[in-house]
Amino acid sequence: MASTLNGTLASNFDLTEEQAMIREMVRRFSLETLAPAARACDEHHRFNTEAWAQMREMGLPGLPFPEQWGGAGMDSLSYIIAVEEMARVDASTALSYAAHVSLGTWPIYAFGSEALKQRYLPGLVSGEFMGAYGLTEPNAGSDSAGTQTTAVLQGDHYLINGAKCFITNGTYAKSFVITAQCDRAKGAKGITAMVIDRDQPGFQIVPGEEKLGMRGSDWVNLVFQDCKLPKDALLGAEGEGFATFMKTLDGGRISIGALSLGIAQGALDYALKYATERQQFGKPLAGHQAVSFKLADMETETHAARHLVYHAARLKDAGRPFGHEAAIAKYYASEACMRATYEAIQILGGNGFSREYPVERMYRDAKLCTIGEGTSEVQKIIISRDLLRGVQQGS
Amino acid sequence: MIRASAREFADRTLRPHAARLDAEERFPEEALREAAAAGFLGLTVPEAYGGAGLGNLHCAILLEEINAADASVGVTLSVHISLMCSMLAKHGSEEQKRRWLPRLASGELLGAYCLTEPQAGSDAAALRAAAKRVDGGWRLTGTKSWITSATHAGLFVVYALSDAAAKKGYGITTFLVPADAKGLKVGKKEEKMGIRASSTTELILEDVFVPDTDVIGKVNEGFKIALDTLDGGRIGIGSQALGIHRACLDASVKYAKERRQFGKPIGEFQAIAWKLADMATELDAARLLVHRAAWLRDQGLPCTKECSMAKVFSSRACNRAAQEAVQIHGGAGYTKEFAVERHYRDARITEIYEGATDIQRLVISRSLLK
Repeated sequence: MASTLNGTLASNFDLTEEQAMIREMVRRFSLETLAPAARACDEHHRFNTEAWAQMREMGLPGLPFPEQWGGAGMDSLSYIIAVEEMARVDASTALSYAAHVSLGTWPIYAFGSEALKQRYLPGLVSGEFMGAYGLTEPNAGSDSAGTQTTAVLQGDHYLINGAKCFITNGTYAKSFVITAQCDRAKGAKGITAMVIDRDQPGFQIVPGEEKLGMRGSDWVNLVFQDCKLPKDALLGAEGEGFATFMKTLDGGRISIGALSLGIAQGALDYALKYATERQQFGKPLAGHQAVSFKLADMETETHAARHLVYHAARLKDAGRPFGHEAAIAKYYASEACMRATYEAIQILGGNGFSREYPVERMYRDAKLCTIGEGTSEVQKIIISRDLLRGVQQGS
Repeated sequence: MIRASAREFADRTLRPHAARLDAEERFPEEALREAAAAGFLGLTVPEAYGGAGLGNLHCAILLEEINAADASVGVTLSVHISLMCSMLAKHGSEEQKRRWLPRLASGELLGAYCLTEPQAGSDAAALRAAAKRVDGGWRLTGTKSWITSATHAGLFVVYALSDAAAKKGYGITTFLVPADAKGLKVGKKEEKMGIRASSTTELILEDVFVPDTDVIGKVNEGFKIALDTLDGGRIGIGSQALGIHRACLDASVKYAKERRQFGKPIGEFQAIAWKLADMATELDAARLLVHRAAWLRDQGLPCTKECSMAKVFSSRACNRAAQEAVQIHGGAGYTKEFAVERHYRDARITEIYEGATDIQRLVISRSLLK
């Protein structure tokens, strides 16, 4: 049974056949292809391009986009499940995938002109090239409306100057959806979204800093020096950029929620296995309440996170407002993910601190989830602001 | 005075190199030479044996300062001072002390401590390394794991099972084994999340001969020495947690003043300011617990429960602080450009080694319930 029917939200918590099939397929792919390579990719800061090639064959980059553009036409929840299953064993690849779909592709699909769509969507949807999204700047992090990159209209083109940082997939991307300020006096209403091609003169891609975690996910910094951009590269109208990006981030947050959920589930999977195998004091670790109760907490919080994340995805699929729920899901799942990975290390003891076991990587990866696509603090700004305004969201 | 000199030493000698040594997983040989020259390696060794003759409280202050700059050097020093020098000064024979302590105090020899085995982690008394009685001494065979400094140590404390038939915990003996003993081999290197510049390996004993004169304390009573020594070790790791915690707080305060978002320094937002307040409060609470345990031990008073409380609280507080420090730094804190990235990785071990939190809770609750 479909979970959504013309704007109504089904109360069925079962997955549809299609969603269950996606879980099964991505689970198998993740175990066979991602898991064996995850440690080496982390150690060497290497994006798993071979895995990406397989993901293309499986149609994953285009999963939630219409067949018209070469996509599989599936719902958001199917895509969310794909992110979750990858993240269970390899959060870096899951992050790159989520950033490609939610941030690199979706805004062009949702807000792009026909010409922009024709130019980029087939390649993005097929995964021929990746998409990147540039909002964050050295001085505009949580305060993303503080964008300092400028776009000045000069005849038939804009002149872009500025810098962006922490941009996922930049090394492999052809299209970069970015924001720039067209009219500082207007503040957030002066911010405009545009799509810049990797080959655009005046646009430079600089390798990113070494990271704590998510090291198998590529990130770069972007520099614009008198970069000339044709007027038709605007995404939406001038001044609509901030609203466009906020809508994009609403969806992106569900995917980071799914990423968090997957990491938490992966940590629980591993800790559970270890706790039943490792013997201390004459019995398996799981025979000690101190350990089994940790597992119980991890299981409870992972369930809660899954319900929140899936709920936000189902609201989106039903065409209902979901920004409030996406913020809640992202906030809760990422914090639960921190707790789960932290405790998984504790259950493994010394081995948890060893890079031969995956849980230390999970704990490093987890910290990205409370920071990227809006820190926990930004989620709390959104959630509390909605509450105080009395905004009734999808609920 | 020890705080001022240790801080000056840490700022000058350790902090500038900590990130590079971490990235390269390179043992801090130069730093240890300088620490030896500063007299830190013999801090707790009695003056009669060439040390400074100071106690646990001084050691706690030294280790906090060292760890605030470089936790890899911190753990190396903690093992050398608490688990080797202080242990030998307390439990060694006069002959053993005369023979080894001056060389440990001067830094000629670095100490390592071998209790943990692959199948005996939290359940340390389940160790299986065997000590076989032979003419004039013992022959040791077994594998020890997670041994700090084994690659560079000149002297090892090794626990082995001398009476396999005894009740658990009662057939263990403590041995001193010099690095050049025949049959002693360094095994697999551990690749760790943090404290990467410290050396952590397996230690393999293959029929290693130890003369009777190198048995510490009484035969079959080694586990008591282990437990007593771990009390001191817990003060050491508690102090390590204090150092990492303070580094996180200092970095966060600095960043919260400098970093502007929404038109003001982020420290002016309650969300950030309250985090700083909690980090500072918990640091003080942790320091008081660690220093109380150190003071009790210096007075020769019972302190097992207090050492466990200090270790469990300080290590957990340290990890909370490390998580919040990265959070306050945001995306920047997720990169190696800021030291909090390293602190986040280093902090995690403090809740695991020298008795995991679960073991500390076992110790504390048992003393409540007995």
